[in-house]
Amino acid sequence: MRRRTRPLRLRIVFAVAVPIAIVAAWQIVATARPSLYWPSPLMIVQSFGRTWLDGMIVQDVLPSLGRFVVGYLIAVVVGVVLGLLIGSFRRLRYAAEPVIDIFRAVPPPVIVPVVMLFVGIGDDMKIIVIAIGSVWPVLLNTVEGVRGIDEVQRSTADSYRVSPWRRYVRIALPAATPQILVGARQSLSIALIMMVISEMFAATNGIGFNIVQFQRLFALPEMWGGIVILGVIGVVANVLFTFAERRVAAWHFGMQESR
Amino acid sequence: MSTVEPILEVSGLRKVYGSGPGAVEAIGSLDFSIGRGELVCIVGPSGAGKTTFLRCVSGLLAPTSGTIALEGAPVSGPPPGMAVVLQEYGRSLYPWMTVAQNVELPLLEKRMTRARRAELVTSSLVAVGLPHAGRQYPWQLSGGMQQRVAIARAIAYEPHILVMDEPFAAVDAQTRAELEDLVRGLWQRLGVTVLFVTHDIDESVYLGERVLVLSSAPACILAEIPVDLPAARDQLTTRALPRFVELRTEVYERIQEAKHTSYSADAGGPARPADAVPAVVG
Amino acid sequence: MTTTSASLPAARERTRARGRAEPFLWGLVGVVVLAIALQVVPALGIVNPQFFPPLDRVVVAFAGELATPAFWSALLATLYGWLLGLAIATVAGVVLGVLIAGIPIVAELLNSTIEFLRPIPSVALVPLVVLLFGISMQATLVLVVYASLWQVLIQVMYGVRAVDVVATETARSYHVASWRQVTRVIWPSILPYVFVGIRLAATVALVLEITGELVIGSPGLGKQISLAQTSGAVDTMYALIWVSALLGVVVSIGSRAAERRTMFWHPSIRGEV
Repeated sequence: MRRRTRPLRLRIVFAVAVPIAIVAAWQIVATARPSLYWPSPLMIVQSFGRTWLDGMIVQDVLPSLGRFVVGYLIAVVVGVVLGLLIGSFRRLRYAAEPVIDIFRAVPPPVIVPVVMLFVGIGDDMKIIVIAIGSVWPVLLNTVEGVRGIDEVQRSTADSYRVSPWRRYVRIALPAATPQILVGARQSLSIALIMMVISEMFAATNGIGFNIVQFQRLFALPEMWGGIVILGVIGVVANVLFTFAERRVAAWHFGMQESR
Repeated sequence: MSTVEPILEVSGLRKVYGSGPGAVEAIGSLDFSIGRGELVCIVGPSGAGKTTFLRCVSGLLAPTSGTIALEGAPVSGPPPGMAVVLQEYGRSLYPWMTVAQNVELPLLEKRMTRARRAELVTSSLVAVGLPHAGRQYPWQLSGGMQQRVAIARAIAYEPHILVMDEPFAAVDAQTRAELEDLVRGLWQRLGVTVLFVTHDIDESVYLGERVLVLSSAPACILAEIPVDLPAARDQLTTRALPRFVELRTEVYERIQEAKHTSYSADAGGPARPADAVPAVVG
Repeated sequence: MTTTSASLPAARERTRARGRAEPFLWGLVGVVVLAIALQVVPALGIVNPQFFPPLDRVVVAFAGELATPAFWSALLATLYGWLLGLAIATVAGVVLGVLIAGIPIVAELLNSTIEFLRPIPSVALVPLVVLLFGISMQATLVLVVYASLWQVLIQVMYGVRAVDVVATETARSYHVASWRQVTRVIWPSILPYVFVGIRLAATVALVLEITGELVIGSPGLGKQISLAQTSGAVDTMYALIWVSALLGVVVSIGSRAAERRTMFWHPSIRGEV
């Protein structure tokens, strides 16, 4: 179904119309009937200056982001490497799939108490929790991506006697990349969730930790500020991922567009 | 039979899929040899087992019995010294690599300097008529150009024998004519041996020095027709020659015959079903 | 013996199809290897058995749980919360999806809002729901519905967009009332998408349900896990974790089977793993 593309100005208006309306309505309602649980947007913005932007950026936001990124990257690397191996050997894949399905069905937050037993409540715990929770989509999609490699591509590599190392790095990995990226995007959301959960549980700093603290102190605008920050991080992470995706799999998008 | 030193020798090739009552004998018994520097075409009716035969020759499929020897060495896996060009050019070129990278890939397995590799890539792209395509991606090119890239990749490999499996079946007629001339030109210039499998009768006579006709499954060589056309061929005049018409008629008749003929172990050769006592496949 | 050309590809298929039992057998091997590892690795002390007890102790704890009424009521609480949340999310997702995607202007206006709200992790709302509802089933329910709603909504919106325009135009030209258009034309077309959405939402809902129980403390398996952890009953904690994993596997297999059964006639939609 073809969409008529509207002029850019109109599209921008459409994009911001509803959000602005929601914020405005919220502000009006909150001013008319103040509620403890639903502070007005103005109050939330004001609280930013007092708390989140005051020193917490360095103390809490950055460490949180750091753990998020490190845990996520570990998950991606481990998932891709294991996925390449498992996906390449038929019998190994048959054997591994049920096991992976079982592990992946463990609700990720449940991992937190387990890991806490081993490594306490420091940064290690959070990074490990993030990595374990988010590795599964990458792993499964890598296996799927390798499995789906075109038979003709395989035969060609066979007939030219391409060495095993090269088959992994220059053929299997690029061929599976579009599918891997699907999994990596899912893993991104899970990693964010795990970051928040690991900090809500037992922590001394971090965004999740502070949201819970604010909640306990009934500092509602500040708590909402934290939720807003999480939302922004989520959106920004997705946008950054899309940029990265376009570069890493440029050939794939080019190929699709040329069809 | 060729009088030149043989480069590829196939004897008693037999391939059976499956076992027991459901077994299908794709190839009954194939015996032939190709001399060094020859251009030999193989034609056969659809489903004759041409693909099976090619996979055996290129080492991708193990035969049930019989031997295949390339330059004296038995083929038990993809042999070095052989390059294969398939029909599905779109799927055999890797879309994440540029044309030049695609052509270069097989060369990475051979010991040579980077300079030599670059040289081979450039010269083979020039040889197929795509001197400036190196930086582009395969999917940016037309079908005919993609097949040229696949051919360039094959010849950059400097193979001793070039095997082509219905390479022009998926290309339009005009492009096919250009590519046929390209293959003949490359063959004459480089002196590489070519084994060309096709279902197009005209193509097989136009290209080949010899045409081997395959029977239907279980396949065997039904006939061998030497093509005594002049060495310099072109699409217009050669195809109009009376001798061309005679040859293609003969091939056509053999193929019609091939549809009803296949290998019979009892007859020790090709036979029509009515003539042969049914053989039991063990 | 002569064979027709048609049977050649068929024979090749037969050779390949013979291996259908293979995946199942190897899968079994994998699970057995896992069980052995779970027993041997802690028993040999490679991992501290205090933190990761060997499988036999976990199995004993599991058997013990089965005999405890608290376990069963927790299991039921989890299932109840999961199903209720899933049902609400499905209905809301379908209604909203049809409304949003069905009315072109609405879709364009709400697009940006949806794209912004979607990446917000549902767990960020945990403190909020605790404030609003306290430590209760409702708090977890809100979490479950919020997270699963997106799955259903997105799929339904895909489905509505994909509805055959010709079919709707034909209906409109025959002056079929809008309501009947929805039930007779649109609904059957989007049904496969609804089922995919339910399948995806089922897993998400279960995870969020147990998460809520764990983090908020509403009754259910998650709460039991948290209790086991704080009281140091490590064996029981692992037993409960495996139960929740098993539950997840059953839900995943079950929803896939249900989808296949009802939608066997439909070409499959793009696969997510």
